[in-house]
Amino acid sequence: MSILSLQSVSKSFGALTVTNDASFDVPQGQALGIIGPNGAGKSTLFNLITGNIRADQGSIHFEGRDVTKVSAMERCLTGIGRSFQIPQPFGKMTVYENLLVAATHGRNMSEAAVRDDCAEVLERTELIAQANRPAGQLSLLERKRLELSRAMATQPKLLLLDEIAGGLTEGECQALIRTIKDIHAQGVTIIWIEHVLHALTSVVERLLVLDFGKVIGLGDPEEIMASREVREIYLGIDV
Amino acid sequence: MIWIDTIIQGILLGGLYALFASGLSLVFGIMRLVNLAHGDLIVMGAYLILVLVTLLGISPFIAVLIAMPLMFVFGYVLQKHLLNRTLGDDILPPLLVTFGLSIALQNALLEGFSADSQRLPTNALTTASLDIGPITLGVMPLLTFGSAVLVIVGLNQLFYRTELGRAFRATSDDAITASLMGIKPANIFATATGIALVIVTIAALYLGLRANFDPNIGPARLIYAFEAVIIGGLGSLWGTLLGGVIIGVAQTLGAAINPEWQILSGHIAFLLVLLIRPRGLFPRASD
Repeated sequence: MSILSLQSVSKSFGALTVTNDASFDVPQGQALGIIGPNGAGKSTLFNLITGNIRADQGSIHFEGRDVTKVSAMERCLTGIGRSFQIPQPFGKMTVYENLLVAATHGRNMSEAAVRDDCAEVLERTELIAQANRPAGQLSLLERKRLELSRAMATQPKLLLLDEIAGGLTEGECQALIRTIKDIHAQGVTIIWIEHVLHALTSVVERLLVLDFGKVIGLGDPEEIMASREVREIYLGIDV
Repeated sequence: MIWIDTIIQGILLGGLYALFASGLSLVFGIMRLVNLAHGDLIVMGAYLILVLVTLLGISPFIAVLIAMPLMFVFGYVLQKHLLNRTLGDDILPPLLVTFGLSIALQNALLEGFSADSQRLPTNALTTASLDIGPITLGVMPLLTFGSAVLVIVGLNQLFYRTELGRAFRATSDDAITASLMGIKPANIFATATGIALVIVTIAALYLGLRANFDPNIGPARLIYAFEAVIIGGLGSLWGTLLGGVIIGVAQTLGAAINPEWQILSGHIAFLLVLLIRPRGLFPRASD
């Protein structure tokens, strides 16, 4: 059964079509990678899925329910969590408080009920030692981990990761991949936009290629990366 | 000795100014809204207490307990249905709308209560005083200052210890990200203004017990509140109390030298602080 299904979704900003007739399914428990050149409409696709922007045409189903016109907040409550390309923590609040806010409001529960879960998430994302530091003081890797933790604190069924590995050193990147694999192993469906291809292909089972808002390839990561069309458009290699 | 007495009276007066300022500071801190009608809302609160006292024949201290929830609802509705619409990247619409609200409130109060000055009824308690050595302290100024400290302790507890407080801080930090976490900024802002008006009501009680009030005194209270907030450093509540105390002490010292200098010396103290510490005494780390 597919947890997320997009049918002919289109979105334009004025004359610029940023999502063009996109259709794809994400089966429950799968990790899907999304690649494409800058400006291909990857982040817009995420915004359409989270409900931050509304589709002009087409429909989006989450767990079989039509969520095309459902607000971002309600989608968050039904189990869609996301991390941002540029980490956006609440800088003056502590790491733990950042999670508490996400968990109480994202799950609509009292603080007392989510405290232990939040500590557990921090344990798993290796941030527990930083729990009482203001989020504004974290290093880049720690910020990325906080983004991940905050999304996890809402206990999403579907986790959207937006270029979470960008700007990290190789060692940091490997540490982050371990955490993401661990989250995936628990059955959370993941859609991951990433330019760091080796990070992406070490986790995802399927790869989707986007160019000028159109889905131009979808399938096994190795086959996709080997295809002539993808190499030409995405990697800019003239073959 | 007279000087020590004057300074202590000034510190206690600072409690009243801190009460004026706390609501303003709360609203500005959470939604960057400068409420130019804040002083008029204090005066409105004083009239509300007066009406309750007159109609029900109760003590102002009981009336304030009834007025607080009423003012909370008024603040909530005002923010949700009017002020929220003015918030955005542009700082001008909230200034214009609250300036208009200030004029509308003043005229509504004039229409309803005339320009005659009023006062909340006082009793034995409100005129009582304590002798501590050579210094005589009024019970009312002490109560005012104590209330200001309690309000600030309460607000700090609310901000740092409760779920609502964390939602306030998260929304203040980044309303868009907060809304993605499932927080409704419109409701958070409305609740914050509601709480600010509860503090306004407490300020109104002490304003009405301390001196006469009429519909036109709001803007001057707004200026004292502004000065206290800015001296303290925007958004710092303890700073706001200190700001109130600085203005209070400057005013009583000025008045001790020459009664005509009371208001002037408060403003001069404000300008001096601004000259030396343009961002206030306890500025926030950023913005």
